Amino acid sequence: MTEPILSLRGLVTEFRTADGVVHAVDHVSYDIYPGETLGVVGESGSGKSVTVMSILGLIPSPPGRIAGGEVLFKGRDLLKLSRKELQRVRGREIAMVFQDPMTSMNPVFTVGDQISEALLVHDPHMGDDKARARTVELLTLVGVPNPDSRFDQYPHEYSGGMRQRAMIAMAIANQPALLIADEPTTALDVTIQAQVLDVLEKAQRETNAATILITHDLGLIAEMADRVVVMYGGRVVEVGDVNTIFHAPRHPYTLGLMASLPRLDADLKRLEPIPGSPPSLINLPSGCAFHPRCRLTKGREVCRTDIPPLREVDGTGHRAACHFSEEMHAAVEQIEAETGVTLTGDSQ
Amino acid sequence: MSTDAPERPGVPQESSLHERTPVGEEILRVTALTKHFPIRAGLTKRQVGKVHAVDGVEFELAAGETLGLVGESGCGKSTTGRTIVRLLDPTDGSIVFKGRDIAGYSRRQMREVRREMQIVFQDPYASLNPRITVREIVAEPLRIHGRYRGSHQGKDRVAELLTLVGLNPEHGNRFPHEFSGGQRQRIGIARALALNPQVLILDEPVSALDVSIQAQVINLLEELQDELGLAYVFIAHDLSVVRHISDRVAVMYLGKIVEIGERRAIYAEPTHPYTQALLSAVPISDPALRGKRERIVLEGDIPSPANPPSGCNFRTRCWKAEEICAEEDPALIDRFGHGHPSACHFAEPKAVIKAELNR
Repeated sequence: MTEPILSLRGLVTEFRTADGVVHAVDHVSYDIYPGETLGVVGESGSGKSVTVMSILGLIPSPPGRIAGGEVLFKGRDLLKLSRKELQRVRGREIAMVFQDPMTSMNPVFTVGDQISEALLVHDPHMGDDKARARTVELLTLVGVPNPDSRFDQYPHEYSGGMRQRAMIAMAIANQPALLIADEPTTALDVTIQAQVLDVLEKAQRETNAATILITHDLGLIAEMADRVVVMYGGRVVEVGDVNTIFHAPRHPYTLGLMASLPRLDADLKRLEPIPGSPPSLINLPSGCAFHPRCRLTKGREVCRTDIPPLREVDGTGHRAACHFSEEMHAAVEQIEAETGVTLTGDSQ
Repeated sequence: MSTDAPERPGVPQESSLHERTPVGEEILRVTALTKHFPIRAGLTKRQVGKVHAVDGVEFELAAGETLGLVGESGCGKSTTGRTIVRLLDPTDGSIVFKGRDIAGYSRRQMREVRREMQIVFQDPYASLNPRITVREIVAEPLRIHGRYRGSHQGKDRVAELLTLVGLNPEHGNRFPHEFSGGQRQRIGIARALALNPQVLILDEPVSALDVSIQAQVINLLEELQDELGLAYVFIAHDLSVVRHISDRVAVMYLGKIVEIGERRAIYAEPTHPYTQALLSAVPISDPALRGKRERIVLEGDIPSPANPPSGCNFRTRCWKAEEICAEEDPALIDRFGHGHPSACHFAEPKAVIKAELNR
C-alpha cells in the first residue's frame, strides 16, 4: 500500500473556557492517501473542523491548545514546525477552501490581486505580469466567465457561487498536494452547489491533490468521497470505504445518521431519529460518548465504563469504535424494517 | 386538550404517516398573490423600481394536508408564507381562508384569523424573546387572545402544550438560551399551537438543525398533524425533507410557481426543466448511484428579481429556451392531463432521480 500523505496520530485539541475545558478533538487518528478524497462527516460539535484547523496551525491560542498527538505530513510533524516553516507549507502544499467565501476573502482587495498574492508569496520571482496571466488561467479553469475583467473586481461584485469558484482557484494556485474543503458548498443553493462540485472535481483532477472533504451532508459524502471518517463527540467512531460505510455501517451512530435522513429517492415509512442531543464537549459521557443515545448498548456496563477502541471489523480497513459492532447486522435489518430505507445497496 | 379545542374527526393512527392523507375540505386558497417591494433611491427616496418577490402565486390547501413550498434562496417562498399570514401586505391577489378573503383585512380583523393560522420561523434563536421564560413565551398568545383564563387553567394549558411538543413542563421557568436548537424549535411550535390553529405556515422549521435533531422535529410535526388535524404549508429548500413530509409539492422560481402536484408526481416525473435540474443536482446518500445519475448543471445564477427576464423567468438558464420563451410567459396549466400543472412551453415528463434505474 502507498504511504499516506498525511497521518494524524492521537491528536488532542482543547479550549479553555469559563465553563471548563472543551475537549474538541480527543485522540483523533486518521490517514489520507495521495489522490483520494476522504470525507469527514459529523454533526456540529463533532470536532471535524477543529481537527483540520489544528493540522494547519489555525487554532487561536489562547483559548485553544493542541495538547497532544502528531500530524505527519510527508514524514514531518507539522506540530513541531516553527511559524515560518508552517507558513511555507500552508497555501503551497496544503490549501484550504472555507465554507463562507465572503468572510474568507479580503473585501478591500480585488479577487485577482488576492489570487496573485497567493502565487507571489510562494514564488516572489514570478513577477506581476506572469502572476496575472496565471491567475486568469486559474479563473478560467474554475469557470469564472470573463476572467480578464473579473480579475479586477472585488469579492462583493461576485455572486456566492462565483466567490467559491475563486476560492478554489486560490486554493489550487500552487498545486497543493493536499486540499482541505470545509463545508465548501453549505452556503450555496443546490443548483450552484452542483456547479461548484463540478469545479472541485475538475480542480482535483488537474492537480491530483488528495482532498479532505468536511461536511455534515451524507449525500455529498456518498457522491464525492472514496473513504469516510465519521466523528462524534470529538472522536473518530468509524472509518471505511464509502460503500462499506453506507451499506454496512458498523457503528450505531453512523446507522443513526442514516436512519434520520429523509431520502430524495425513496418514500420512507418514517424517520428513526437518534434520541437525545449531542453531548457536551465539556462534560463528555463516560466510556463510549454515544452510549446515552445508543440503541445497541441496552444498558450494558462496558459502554459506560470503557472508551471503545477503533478496531478492525472485517479485515478490509473498515474500523469502528463500538464494543458491540458484531451486533450491527441485526440493528441494520431492524432499521430497514422500521423506516423502509434500504441500506444494503440492492434498492430497486 | 383544553375545553375550547374544536372537535376534529378522529384521524386513524397508522405507522405509515404518508399513506393516510385525510384530504379534507379546502381551507386556504391563494389566488394571483403578488408582493412587490419598492426600490427607492436618491434624496427624496423616489421609487425607481420594484423587486418582484412574489408574482402571481396560486395554490389551495386542504384541511389536514401538507403542501411543500420548495425553491432556492430568493425564489419568494418565505415572502409567500409571510404574506399569507399578513406579516407583509400583499400588493395584489386574494388569500381566501375558510371562505373569507383576508388579503385586505385590518390588523384587528387579522387578530381573529391568527387564532386559526400561525407561523413557525426558521431560526429558533432569533424568534424567541430571550428575556422571558419559556412558560411566558407560550402563554403570550393565550393572554393576547384573552384565553389565559385564571392562572390555573392558563398554567395547565401551557404545561399541556409543552408536553405536546415533547418538552418537560417543569422546564417552563427556564429561558430560551438554556435550550438546544431542537428544543427551541419545539418551543416555537408550542407557541404556534397555543390557540388551536388549523393551519401552520412552517418557514424552514428544520433547516438550522443537525440531521439527528431534524428527524426528531419532523416526526413531531407529523405526529401533531395526525393528532390535531393540522394543515401545513411547509417552506423549505431541502428537497429530501420536502419529499418526506409533503402530500403535494409546489416548486418556486423567481417569485412564481413553476410546477405543482402530488408529491410522487413531482419527484418521479417532473415536467418543468427547473424542477428536473433541481432534483438532479441534489446529492443522494447512496454511493451505489454515483455516476449513474445525470446531473443537470444549470449555467449562471438566478436573475435579479428587481429585473426579471421577459416571458419565462427561467429561460436565461434553460437549455430548452426558444424565441417563444422570451415573448410569452408560460401559464401554470396541466399540460398532460394528469392533474400536475407545469409552467413551461416545452414541458415534458422526465425521471431524473434514478433515471437509469427507472428506464
